[in-house]
Amino acid sequence: MSLRIVVTVKYVPDATGDRHFADDLTVDRDDVDGLLSELDEYAVEQALQISENSDDDVEVTVLTVGPEDAKDALRKALSMGADKAIHVEDDDLHGTDAIGTSLVLAKAVEKAGYDLVVSGMASTDGTMGVVPALLAERLGVPQVTLLSEVSVEGGVVKGRRDGDSATEQLEASLPAVVSVTDQSGEARYPSFKGIMAAKKKPVQSWDLSDLDIDEDEVGLENAYTVVESAAERPARTAGTIVKDEGEGGKQLAEFLAGQKFI
Amino acid sequence: MAEVLVYVDHVDGAVRKPTLELLTLARRVGEPVAVALGNGAGDTAAALAEHGAVKVLTHEAAEYADYLVVPKVDALQAAVAAVSPAAVLVPSSAEGKEIAARLALRLGSGVITDAVDLEAGDEGPVATQSVFAAAFTTKSRVSKGTPVITVKPNSAAVEAAPAAGAVEALSVTFSAAATGTKVTSRTPRESTGRPELTEAAIVVSGGRGVNGAENFAIIEALADSLGAAVGASRAAVDAGWYPHTNQVGQTGKSVSPQLYIASGISGAIQHRAGMQTSKTIVAINKDAEAPIFELVDYGVVGDLFDVVPQLTEEVKTRKG
Repeated sequence: MSLRIVVTVKYVPDATGDRHFADDLTVDRDDVDGLLSELDEYAVEQALQISENSDDDVEVTVLTVGPEDAKDALRKALSMGADKAIHVEDDDLHGTDAIGTSLVLAKAVEKAGYDLVVSGMASTDGTMGVVPALLAERLGVPQVTLLSEVSVEGGVVKGRRDGDSATEQLEASLPAVVSVTDQSGEARYPSFKGIMAAKKKPVQSWDLSDLDIDEDEVGLENAYTVVESAAERPARTAGTIVKDEGEGGKQLAEFLAGQKFI
Repeated sequence: MAEVLVYVDHVDGAVRKPTLELLTLARRVGEPVAVALGNGAGDTAAALAEHGAVKVLTHEAAEYADYLVVPKVDALQAAVAAVSPAAVLVPSSAEGKEIAARLALRLGSGVITDAVDLEAGDEGPVATQSVFAAAFTTKSRVSKGTPVITVKPNSAAVEAAPAAGAVEALSVTFSAAATGTKVTSRTPRESTGRPELTEAAIVVSGGRGVNGAENFAIIEALADSLGAAVGASRAAVDAGWYPHTNQVGQTGKSVSPQLYIASGISGAIQHRAGMQTSKTIVAINKDAEAPIFELVDYGVVGDLFDVVPQLTEEVKTRKG
């Protein structure tokens, strides 16, 4: 038996940088350093753990859709221990929304061949958290999403989903799409050996024609949503800051009473 | 006037507050038609009618509880086919966003998530979103198909607006995919008696400065004096001091209460992403240089172990 895992990852602007919009109201990716989305590190980690805990022959492929720089995200995942990488890059992809991105990912996953797709719970830039569900819908396979624990055995994926009102145990037959939360387990740091090994691992590059996707199915012009305006939130007016000299709690209560909270 | 579908989030017939807020927003763009699914669906009608639903489409089946997400998508798709609405509104929970996304894909529509406001526009509803850790406010609309929009809790006031609320049975045929992901067990979360974090008008949060699980009792005591929900920063959750379900931040819950009180929280971008849209922000922190103080309406530089209990006592005294 063999198990083919594809991990979808995203190269995102560093959230600690000064993120803003480009003139076309897409995310400006030139001004802020990018990196592998932190939430996707958990997906890579869980894929590697599934691989390590399996008696089967497991291959972990990491997949990203993004510009040239997005290769950095693939290198990070490869240095963590993924076996190979696929980079979907095409100028026509600029400005693609979640619906379009799910199309590209679905076509790429199908072309790569998969038994299990593992994703992070959301990207740290768009933070929509919808791509894993969209991918499952497109692929016509079960979604087993927002898992804090995941295991695969005998062609079945199981996991725990912590919802607002209940904790659920989920189960589905492979093939399936899984997404994992930041509670699934700390992601490993690449070792020096891993970093050196990553340089020799294969990175395939595909464009839209490789995936039989027409340019009018993706990109900003063909997105299903339009951003009409983006405005920087006005800076908050400086608040009152007091130093506690024994009465800090009472002073705060006075403020809260003035605002009618008490 | 065009109809607008509102997906009803309810627990055994008890409608949750974000759905009532959605009905307020729905009335700005059309006539609200509510869709209530699963156990107790019919019991939602009175509350929904009181808040403006002209019609309530209901369907009860075991599938909604026994399988993940897809049965609800099948039902909403059936409701869209029956009503041809001008838009579909869904509460912005994790599940709500997944339902909305899959529905949009099936309808050939765009999806907008986490709207914080909604207005009627010439080309369909215009959604306001707060992005990049609330550093920017965008206005967006769906440009293809029937707009599917998820709305964050606390984005609108709950308003009474009595309407007919006529109950109609929705006819649903489940897809082959509906039974793909089985829910093999469900453990309800034990109620703390406190308001739900994302819905609460006041949130009191603790962070690294709380310095231990046992010390969260003083955060809880302040919360209880104010009738507030308790939140925790990622640092506090990662340290195992408080459950992940209470985590406020980019990888936890995003909250937008009337009042947010941060205690012992430095205000890293991770946390700010989840609370920066709160109306009034208060912080208590020993470190005068903590970035949280850049956000506050009122800040106390001091030891939370002194300030928080004093505040709690003062709140109790003033409330009598």
